[in-house]
Amino acid sequence: MIPETPSPTHGYPGRLLVFEGLDGSGKSTQARLIGKWLQSRGYRVFFTEWNSSDLVASTIRRGKKKGLLTATTFSLLHATDFADRFERQILPPLRAGYVVICDRYVYTAFVRDAARGCDPNWVRNIYSFAPRPDRTFYFQVPVQVTLDRKIASRSKISYYEAGMDLGLADDVTESFERFQGRLKRQYDLLATSDHFTLIDAGRPVEPVQNQLRRELRPLLERFPTVESLIHDG
Amino acid sequence: MTGNTYGTPLPGMPKHRLTGRLIVVEGADGSGRTTEVGMLKEWLEVQGHAVVDTGLRRSTLVSEQIDQAKQGHTLAPTTMALFYAVDFADQLENKIIPAMSAGSTVLADRYIYTLMARAIARGASREWAQELYQFALVPDLVVFLEARTDILLHRAIMKYGSLDYWESGMDLSLSPDRFDSFFLYQDRLRKEFEWMAKPYGFHFIDANRHPDTVHSDVKRIVAPLYLKPSDRASRGRKAAAAPVPTSRAPSTAPA
Repeated sequence: MIPETPSPTHGYPGRLLVFEGLDGSGKSTQARLIGKWLQSRGYRVFFTEWNSSDLVASTIRRGKKKGLLTATTFSLLHATDFADRFERQILPPLRAGYVVICDRYVYTAFVRDAARGCDPNWVRNIYSFAPRPDRTFYFQVPVQVTLDRKIASRSKISYYEAGMDLGLADDVTESFERFQGRLKRQYDLLATSDHFTLIDAGRPVEPVQNQLRRELRPLLERFPTVESLIHDG
Repeated sequence: MTGNTYGTPLPGMPKHRLTGRLIVVEGADGSGRTTEVGMLKEWLEVQGHAVVDTGLRRSTLVSEQIDQAKQGHTLAPTTMALFYAVDFADQLENKIIPAMSAGSTVLADRYIYTLMARAIARGASREWAQELYQFALVPDLVVFLEARTDILLHRAIMKYGSLDYWESGMDLSLSPDRFDSFFLYQDRLRKEFEWMAKPYGFHFIDANRHPDTVHSDVKRIVAPLYLKPSDRASRGRKAAAAPVPTSRAPSTAPA
């Protein structure tokens, strides 16, 4: 049965929680922990990530090889991919009354596309089919932190992650740093315009997690758990 | 053509003037559009103009993927509309603009208008579709071949022996009957083309007639595009030679 407390933000019975921030800001770890916590408290939880489908991933690879991709096609391909994910994965659980946790949402596209020079209003219009989240947590960290974490994890910085297509620098690490700086500036702008909840992500995991749980309690006050649905229904 | 776009140009748009021309031929399946594009190309080439043709689903980047997706009928409307936008943007940047920079005429067998009409017929708002395609180049001429739905039906059956799933809008569930669905869907598209006609400057051609007659009419409206500025001046067509502001039609488009 569908709960009778639709969200005032988007009108669906579920709740939409978004975690945004630079790579290495710790948002994925925190999102997972929040998911566990909500599940343990009896809520129905659905978790989604900003993963490219095979279709888009392979197209981007091909386009890159042939030198075909531009800021515009790159942006539109990601929008196509997100639309597919939204219509298949995000919307159904939202309508079914789940707490949908998104590790990255449309804001990731907004900051990346803006950093590549796309018109922000154009990008925003494209994604206007996606509802505004009930809450967006923005994990704010200095660029240096994401770079340090990247180096510490010894994972290779990918071409697009470093914004190498923009020609900001020949060196991958330097390009990464500059590109992440651009992304951060965009995120900081959105933080105000889109009412993000700022999370100081420079702290250890536990205090951040405690803050998130505190922030979420009022949002879930009259939101039914599976248990209450069975008993009341 | 000066390289005007409907709205904010794409990042990386060339700053120089595009010397080539962009001619768009629009019309439903069965309106004789492809036949006319072929005849027009031949005629322009005979006159000594280099012609590059383009159309929907012909990009190097995603045309195959769109074909695959259409086979499975699995993509939701917004996803499909955006996928087509990738295809269009890729052709615009990698084919249309380079060809026009080199002075060629680009002959487009369908353009953003069909893509917009299809998206809107599937639930997108007009504003969303217009804004999505605001980066498109404003063509020098948009020829719209208009044929009655019963003629479209007749030609589709003559050609394929049946009605195409997508051209009948079967994905919209307007009617389980393909014949009924075809009429309902074509009506919806027609309604969208109607409001576009003015802001996007369509030149309607009666396509219920023989292809040769249609072609004569099309040639008559295409020919002035190739007059030299001096010819234009002598014919009093000042407007055609005057510089045009960067943004055109949509400012007058209905909200």
